[in-house]
Amino acid sequence: MTTGFTDLRLEGVTRRFAGHDALTGLTMTIRRGEFIALLGPSGCGKSTALNCLAGLLPLTDGSIWQDETRLDTVPPEKRGFGMVFQSYALFPHLSVRRNIAFGLQMRRLPRAEIRRRTDEAIRLVRLEEHAAKLPGQLSGGQQQRVAIARAVVLEPALVLMDEPLSNLDAKLRLEMRTEIRRLHQSLGLTTVYVTHDQEEALSLADRLVVLRAGRVQQIGTPEELHTTPANRHVADFMGFRNLLPMRVAELAGDKAVVEGDGMRLHGTAVGALRPGDPVVAAARPESLRLDAAGGVPATVEVVEYQGREAAVEVVTAQGVRLHARAGQRPAVGEPVTVGVDPADLLVFPADEDEP
Amino acid sequence: MSRPALTHRLAERGIDRQILLLVPAAVFVLVLFVYPFCYGLGLSFQPERGGPLGAYRAFFTDPYERNTIWTTLKLSLPVALLNVGVSVPIAYRMRGRFRGKRLLTTLLVVPITLGTVLTAQGLLNFLGPAGWFNRILIGAGLTDAPVRLTNNYWGVFFSLLITGFPFAFLLVLSYLSGIDPTLERAAATLGASRTQRFRRITLPLLAPGLATTFCLTFVLAFSVFPSAVLVGDPAGETRVISIAAWHAGYEQYDYAKASAIAIVMGLVELVVIAITLGWRATLFTGSTGGKG
Repeated sequence: MTTGFTDLRLEGVTRRFAGHDALTGLTMTIRRGEFIALLGPSGCGKSTALNCLAGLLPLTDGSIWQDETRLDTVPPEKRGFGMVFQSYALFPHLSVRRNIAFGLQMRRLPRAEIRRRTDEAIRLVRLEEHAAKLPGQLSGGQQQRVAIARAVVLEPALVLMDEPLSNLDAKLRLEMRTEIRRLHQSLGLTTVYVTHDQEEALSLADRLVVLRAGRVQQIGTPEELHTTPANRHVADFMGFRNLLPMRVAELAGDKAVVEGDGMRLHGTAVGALRPGDPVVAAARPESLRLDAAGGVPATVEVVEYQGREAAVEVVTAQGVRLHARAGQRPAVGEPVTVGVDPADLLVFPADEDEP
Repeated sequence: MSRPALTHRLAERGIDRQILLLVPAAVFVLVLFVYPFCYGLGLSFQPERGGPLGAYRAFFTDPYERNTIWTTLKLSLPVALLNVGVSVPIAYRMRGRFRGKRLLTTLLVVPITLGTVLTAQGLLNFLGPAGWFNRILIGAGLTDAPVRLTNNYWGVFFSLLITGFPFAFLLVLSYLSGIDPTLERAAATLGASRTQRFRRITLPLLAPGLATTFCLTFVLAFSVFPSAVLVGDPAGETRVISIAAWHAGYEQYDYAKASAIAIVMGLVELVVIAITLGWRATLFTGSTGGKG
């Protein structure tokens, strides 16, 4: 089973818990060597999807295929996938070396080969001095590296990572992110990575799957998702912090004029719209200008210093809060006029199911 | 430079007014355990004949008395081992959440509430020569004469098994739920089969808890008295050490000998516990990741 595959197909993978749909109809194809990120807020079904892939959760419906072999009926120990758990799940009674060697021992490989491959994996994650220690004696980052080494030492056909960086502090998280990317590039292991951090997903993955409430919202490359989110939820996840409920006033092709809360803005329509439709107009903080001629008048309320620029929160006369960025730090209470380039303001249909 | 106040220096060593909260417990232990123990120890060295060690010599030179140690060990060691051994698979199956778990746990723990006398009564009815068990055996043609399972070694054995099991089971269950279930799942993704996961991951993490459980159930079984009389053969096969002590104290009125036997009883228990804990010390006893 360890031999690689050409592609791994998920067909309508569904998982229900006591009448509640955790994951509904996930269909996608993972190609060999790809780095896929499953992205979404907590409870969106991303961990469920990962556990279904690992075989730790049986499917309620759908199937998983590894080339021509049906996989969803195979128990986890026979799938030959490596998994890195959010809590690392290192065996507390085994040394770093024996943790890493565990999977090789389960395969009943010759002693010399186990030794050689374990040594190699320990070197790969740079834990040579700590090989004899127990997991409890290691720092969070080191434990994380053991967990990764333990999963990749088997050279699995697929590596599954469940929010592996969420228990680390900000600095270590950045370092480990680079480390994971480096490992992926040097070993070429097909990886499925679950995270709720869009920055992590964008920087690591070849393709992203955005999930919400158990349903796929969009599948695409980081560039596609970043520039053309398919709906307001994906936009929300991709850093469009300004999400304004408005109405379509005029429509010409994909050029839309939207109105609401005393504002009239020009934007780009995404999806089918008709004049009068309720919409959500989305813009990133960095797309907003605070000195636009003929823009919306507003007052600066909060200024956060963030190094080269400042994050600014302004409020319009109608009380709408907008998030912007400014190179020069404005003073609190200063009047500004907010404007946005029509290409940077995406207009999405408002959801029926959303309040 | 002036020295910090005395109360401050004491507080740094953990001595402050909160320590007074320990007083009731300390008094309790002193009055109800330490004093009687020392009194008994002193008493055991003051027999009427034979010098300070006379009572001990009397116990160890008389095979009828000396053999009670072996009789009691022969009952309590297998019972404790079996109780721990039986608890493990049952508790292992009952780790997760499932419908009716509470009911099943209650049923398994009920024997605690019965007490030894009720258990003995039940055993006599069930396993006795005219009990259901023998009637079924005879009815099914498996045996001609009733199998003797009461008023001998086996009666006491079953009684101890029934009363000791709930303790062992509850302890093992709590130790097991202290082990993070993700560890076994991780082992599964690494290719370990169900048996390998249990043998290589769960069992080593559970072993220290099993040692503790064994010690507790052993001590419970070693001090057996009522069931040895009620469903055993208190003059022969199940003349356990506590019967010997009771005999010396309340039939021969030889308090020195009775105290000496009680001290020997304690020492035997200590030896078994020391051996078990010595083995436990060689195991991994750190955090097992779960919420215990």
